[in-house]
Amino acid sequence: MSAVQSSLYLGFVLSLLAYLFGAWLKKKFGWAILNPLLISVILVIVILKIFHIDYETYNNSGKYISYLLTPSTVCLAIPLYKQLELLMKNAVAVIASIIAGVIASAGSIFVLCTVFGLSHQEYVTFLPKSITTAIGMGVSEQAGGVVTLTVVCIIITGIFGNIVADAVFAIARIKHPVARGLALGTSAHAIGTAKALELGEVEGAMSSLAIAVAGLLTVIIVPMISGLI
Amino acid sequence: MKYVKESAILFGITLVGELMNLLLPLPVPAGVYGLLLLLVLLCSGILKLDQVEATGNFLLEIMPILFIPAAVGLMESVDAMRAILVPMLVVCTVSTIIVMITTGKVTELILAFGEKEVREYDEHHKKDKNNSNRSTGTNKNKGGR
Repeated sequence: MSAVQSSLYLGFVLSLLAYLFGAWLKKKFGWAILNPLLISVILVIVILKIFHIDYETYNNSGKYISYLLTPSTVCLAIPLYKQLELLMKNAVAVIASIIAGVIASAGSIFVLCTVFGLSHQEYVTFLPKSITTAIGMGVSEQAGGVVTLTVVCIIITGIFGNIVADAVFAIARIKHPVARGLALGTSAHAIGTAKALELGEVEGAMSSLAIAVAGLLTVIIVPMISGLI
Repeated sequence: MKYVKESAILFGITLVGELMNLLLPLPVPAGVYGLLLLLVLLCSGILKLDQVEATGNFLLEIMPILFIPAAVGLMESVDAMRAILVPMLVVCTVSTIIVMITTGKVTELILAFGEKEVREYDEHHKKDKNNSNRSTGTNKNKGGR
């Protein structure tokens, strides 16, 4: 077992294989719930539990995967650049809808927290849940939230958004690629953007833009409304 | 050397973004600085798309996989989550759906309004081919598929 414990590549290979398996399942059955990201996360957790490998060991190599997240975020500029003309043409719609989304996020979290009778600390922990982790952690900390729980919420939100997007778009009849991209980026940050990129280049570009704009708007809006609960 | 050059450019931009994040007192993460920087470099023509595209597309393609370690890390937070698991899951799911629908619908409403204005403008000026104008708005957006 010590060889497994000290392996630097185990977590990496495990993650890649789990994702490939998830993608294969999705292709074979085509159900939305068979989201490759969700499948691979569950699969990795189950395997770690079965073989009594702790998270730290897994993350010894997992952290090199996470390491690529920042350059990968930088590359979101590529679809954005390719769709710049479309973005400029729809600038008003883009800005207005992201603002609407950020307000809807804060408003719905406020209402739900009131319904559940949650404390101020829990309320501000949830507030940055729809924005990218790097910004959300700072927002939560500033407002006095529990940062680790904020990260949990951000990841759950992202994966959930990634999974339900197809169903939500079908039920709410959201068809326009620009609208789909903005909706994914504003509601489910970078994990939603991964889904948007699968839908198409326009969706990916709009979603990338929404991550940055929604993140920065949330930084501004949270201090204004954090005192409500 | 193509991939070496592209990697040097992309990781170089990432590095600058990281330094900006460390040095500037703004709550902007390194990746967002880097994204804006790469966009400016592309728009100004200092960088050409084909100088970053191959490696860039690789990094975009593997993006979902990059979230696996952080998400697997949720297994470490089970104890912290237990106390407020139900409200937390309800907030995360319900609010996400609300935001998704609001953003998408507001976009479509404004876009539809814009297209209607274009249409009315065309009709007003009696352009003979207002049909073609009407369809460009919707057709163009399918371009990326």
